[in-house]
Amino acid sequence: MARTDSIATLVDGLELPFNALGVDPYGVSRWHLKVFFSALGFLYNTYFRVRAVGVEHVPARGRAMLVGNHSGGVAIDGAMVLASMLLEMNPPRLAQGMADKFINRLPLASTWSNRCGQFTGLPEHAERLLHDDRLLMVFPEGHKGTAKLYTERYSLVNFGSGFVRLALKTKSPIIPFGFLGGGAAIPTIYNSAALGRLMGTPYVPLTPYGLAVPLPVQLEVHYGEPMLFEGTGNEEDQVINGYVEQVKGRIATLIDDGRSSRHQRKHAGERR
Amino acid sequence: MKVLIVGIAGGTARQTALELRGRGHQVLGLDRRPWRDAPRGIRVFEVDVRKRAAEDVFRKEKPEVVVHMATVTSLVARAEERERINLGGTRAVFEASRAAGVKRVVFVGRHTYYGAGPDSPMYHTEDEPPQNLGTFPELGDLVAADLYAANMLWRHPELATTVLRLCYCLGPSKTGTLAMFLGARWVPMVLGFDPLFQFLDEADAARAISLAVEQGPRGIFNVAGPQPVPLSNVVTQTGRKVLPLPEPVLKRLMGRFGLPSLPRGALEHIKYPVVIDAAAFRQATGFQFQVDEVETLTRYRALG
Repeated sequence: MARTDSIATLVDGLELPFNALGVDPYGVSRWHLKVFFSALGFLYNTYFRVRAVGVEHVPARGRAMLVGNHSGGVAIDGAMVLASMLLEMNPPRLAQGMADKFINRLPLASTWSNRCGQFTGLPEHAERLLHDDRLLMVFPEGHKGTAKLYTERYSLVNFGSGFVRLALKTKSPIIPFGFLGGGAAIPTIYNSAALGRLMGTPYVPLTPYGLAVPLPVQLEVHYGEPMLFEGTGNEEDQVINGYVEQVKGRIATLIDDGRSSRHQRKHAGERR
Repeated sequence: MKVLIVGIAGGTARQTALELRGRGHQVLGLDRRPWRDAPRGIRVFEVDVRKRAAEDVFRKEKPEVVVHMATVTSLVARAEERERINLGGTRAVFEASRAAGVKRVVFVGRHTYYGAGPDSPMYHTEDEPPQNLGTFPELGDLVAADLYAANMLWRHPELATTVLRLCYCLGPSKTGTLAMFLGARWVPMVLGFDPLFQFLDEADAARAISLAVEQGPRGIFNVAGPQPVPLSNVVTQTGRKVLPLPEPVLKRLMGRFGLPSLPRGALEHIKYPVVIDAAAFRQATGFQFQVDEVETLTRYRALG
C-alpha cells in the first residue's frame, strides 16, 4: 500500500541534484513532477487501486533498469510503474522511461515529458542516465507491445535486444517486472493508423465503447529479483539473445504467478 | 605571451582581451569594427582579416597565439556576407597564422554546431557529427568553419589548434545570440515547447578562452559551465515575459511587431535544446565556472 505522505513531500524527497530553480541538469523540474504525480497518484491509489508487489527488489540508489511488458494501449503501464517508484519506495525514486519519438514533436507533450524526466528513447540518453546512477524504465516490446489486442493481453511480443547490451555496457542490474490488468482496463479491439496520422501518433487504439478511455480495473505490477549479467555489451547476437530470453522468461513467470495469485485471491474473496 | 584576438570588438572578445591582459599577457586585436574605449595597452588594428593589411599585422607583430572570434550568426549577417566572414575569415586567419609562424590558434566556435531537433540527444560529445542541417541551412557556414578549423589538427600538426564549441554567453556586453533573443520585454516562445538553454557568464567565458590560450590543448572541446535551464526560466529570471505563440502563428509574426527576425530553422532552436557535455575541456584545462546559472541570469536582469 502506498504511503500517505503528500505528493509534494515525496517529490521533495527525490535524491536528484535540483538547482535553486528546482530543475536538475536534464531539465527535470520539481514543480512539473508535483503536478504530474498528483494526477498519477489519484489514478494509482483511487482509480486503478494499483497493487505493487516486490518493490523491495528495486535498489534504493544507484543505476538500475526496470524492464517489463507492455499492458494496455495507452501508456498507463509506464505511468503506474513511475507512480509505484515514487509512492512505494523509501526514499522515493524517479523512474525515467524512454519515450517514443513522436512525443517530443507534439506541443505540450514535449515539455511535460522532458520536465518529468521521460526523454526521447535514444541510446545516448539511456546510457548517460545509467552512468549518472538513475533508474531507467524500459519496455523492450516497443510500440508493438502497446498495440496488443484484448485477446493478446497476456502475451509478449518480440523483445528488442538493445536493453541487454546497455545493461552489460553500463553494468546495470535489470529488475524485471510483470504488469497485469492494462489489457482489461483498455480492451483494444482495433488500432487505427488513420486516426493516428491525424493526431501525430503511430496509431490510436479503439475499444468496444469507442475511444481508449481506461476502465477502473485493478492493475498489478510484480517486481522480480535483480538480474545481473557479466559482459561488455559487445558480445555476439547469439549470446545477447540468450540473455534477452532469460529476462523475457522471468517476465512471463512474473505475469503467470501474478495471474494465479490474483485468481486465488478472487476465489478466497468469493468464499468469504 | 603575445596574443592576437581576431574579432576583438565583439562582446565576449573584449572580456577575453581584458582577462588575458589581467593575466599578464600582451594583447592586441584586429576587427573591422572599432573598439573606441579600448583600454591602454590593448592595441586594436581596424582592418578586415581578409584584407592585405591584416596579413601585415600578423607578419609584423608575430603573435604566439591567435584567438579567432570573428564569426557571425544568421541574426547578424545575410547569407553571402555570412559565408565570406565565417568561412573566408577562418581560412584567412589560419593562412596568415601559418605564414607568420604562429604557434597556436584557438578557434572559438559555437555549440549550435550540433543542431537542434526532436531526435537529437542532450549532452552532445565532441565526436558527434552536426545534425539537422537540413532544417536550418543558415547554420551551414558556421559548421563548415568549425570543420575547417578542426581539419588543421591533421593537415598542419605543427600548428597547435584548439577548436572550442562555446555555449551561449550572457553578460554586460548584452551581445550574442541569446542576448539578442532576450532583447525585448516580451520574448516569443513556441507554445508547448520549452527547451533547455545552456549559457555561461561572459566573465567565465573569458576565463575559459584564456585557459585555452595559455594551455593550448590540441583538439576539439565543448565549453560550458553550469547546468542548463529551461528557456522559460531564462526569460522570467532575466525580468522578461514569455509570449507563448502557436508555431504557425509565430512563423508568420517573426520579424514583425518588434519580435526578433529568425530564419525558419532557428525555430527548432527554441523548440529543442542544444546541450553539450564539457567534461573533456574541464579535464584538459581544469576550467571551473565561477558564476552559476541563477547568478548569471540575476546579473543579466540587473543590466535592464
